[in-house]
Amino acid sequence: MQKSVVEKIKADWGTVVSLKEAFGEITFSVPRARISEFLKYLHEDSALDFDHITDLTSVDFPNEEPRFEVVYQLYSIEKNHRIRVKARVPEDDCTIDSATHIWQGANFLEREVYDMMGIVFNNHPDLRRILMTEDYDEGYPLRKDFPVEGRGWRDSFTFLDGQKQS
Amino acid sequence: MGLIDHSFETNIVTTSLDTVVNWARKSALWPMTFGLACCAIEMIATVSARYDLDRFGAGVFRASPRQSDLMIVAGTVCRKMAPVIRRIYDQMPEPRYVISMGSCATSGNIYNSYSVVQGVDRFIPVDIYVPGCPPRPEALIAGILRLQEKIMKEKVFAK
Amino acid sequence: MESYIPIAIFILIAFGFGAVTIIMGYLVRPENPYAEKLSPYESGVDPIGDPHPRFPLRYYLIAMLFVIFDIEVVFLYPWAVSFLNLGVSALISMIVFIAVLLVGYFYAWKKGALEWD
Repeated sequence: MQKSVVEKIKADWGTVVSLKEAFGEITFSVPRARISEFLKYLHEDSALDFDHITDLTSVDFPNEEPRFEVVYQLYSIEKNHRIRVKARVPEDDCTIDSATHIWQGANFLEREVYDMMGIVFNNHPDLRRILMTEDYDEGYPLRKDFPVEGRGWRDSFTFLDGQKQS
Repeated sequence: MGLIDHSFETNIVTTSLDTVVNWARKSALWPMTFGLACCAIEMIATVSARYDLDRFGAGVFRASPRQSDLMIVAGTVCRKMAPVIRRIYDQMPEPRYVISMGSCATSGNIYNSYSVVQGVDRFIPVDIYVPGCPPRPEALIAGILRLQEKIMKEKVFAK
Repeated sequence: MESYIPIAIFILIAFGFGAVTIIMGYLVRPENPYAEKLSPYESGVDPIGDPHPRFPLRYYLIAMLFVIFDIEVVFLYPWAVSFLNLGVSALISMIVFIAVLLVGYFYAWKKGALEWD
């Protein structure tokens, strides 16, 4: 089952993607510009049929260029096979196409990636912070250069100002 | 406090009246359900049959701050939740007491991170701290009994 | 007259109990209102939406039906009390009266005015 998935994708997209297989799991790395097309292909192809987006996260490699990597974990409910898709995103142009128009479940997952890593998703219907408060301005917490204790937000109790009673 | 706020000399009558009022207040401490994280499970266990909290008068957990006089902050306090906690504390009528249950509410526990407030006493006044991760039901009961002792020492009528 | 004295004492004790508890509460309770304490409660966040929902129409319907059938009962009582002294014509006219109101009752029933939900 796995082999046929690998063969099919290599046959259609062999020149663009690179494959890594380990421990029974397959991972495809795609250039950022073709990611939207590739995900649409994975979703719509009848032999592959990846209709469930299990996870959408990001990784920060501070010493590498491009710095960020967006990871998609996909699963096919019908065919019961899984795949991982990775795309690198550089720091200075920190954008990538959104997958929300393919899978609705990617909406909140992409908001979390934006909140924690600062990667902007193009054409996202409602891109705003989801875990931190919407007006959080100290940066993106899960980047490697962000201090664990934060930059002072956790101790600033602005809602107490102007309150007459302690 | 009220009309007769500390306006009498300390004598046998006022201290006895104080004892009566304080006894009434400590014997019917109605907590407010404020379980945020895992300590809430231990709070539920404390109220359940084995470690019955109702025998101390504190078993009637109210959902609304307007009807409660004790807020047990049980669980990790994130900075995003802090204004909500402060508002709910403000909406409790006096006399009101706060028990900080568990290490996360007392001091942030091991979570020295950008989003966890290092102790709920940074923005609300706390009466009793119950340490533990989570504190056993007996520890929470000990905390409530200690709070009852603290209430008995208050002065209502006497100066 | 003397047999009413226990009742008078009872009433005094009842009123006295209520008055004493309320007055003691008024004297002892702390009163310390400030803006945040008086704000409306909605789980600790700012209230969303209008606090006054639309007034349900069912209350007017129930009240009107009650008034109409209550007037009918008011007419029924004296007729029932002096029934034995009245003739057959009283029975016939009361049957006509009740029949007219029964028609209205069945109409309200079928139109769903008696449903609460």
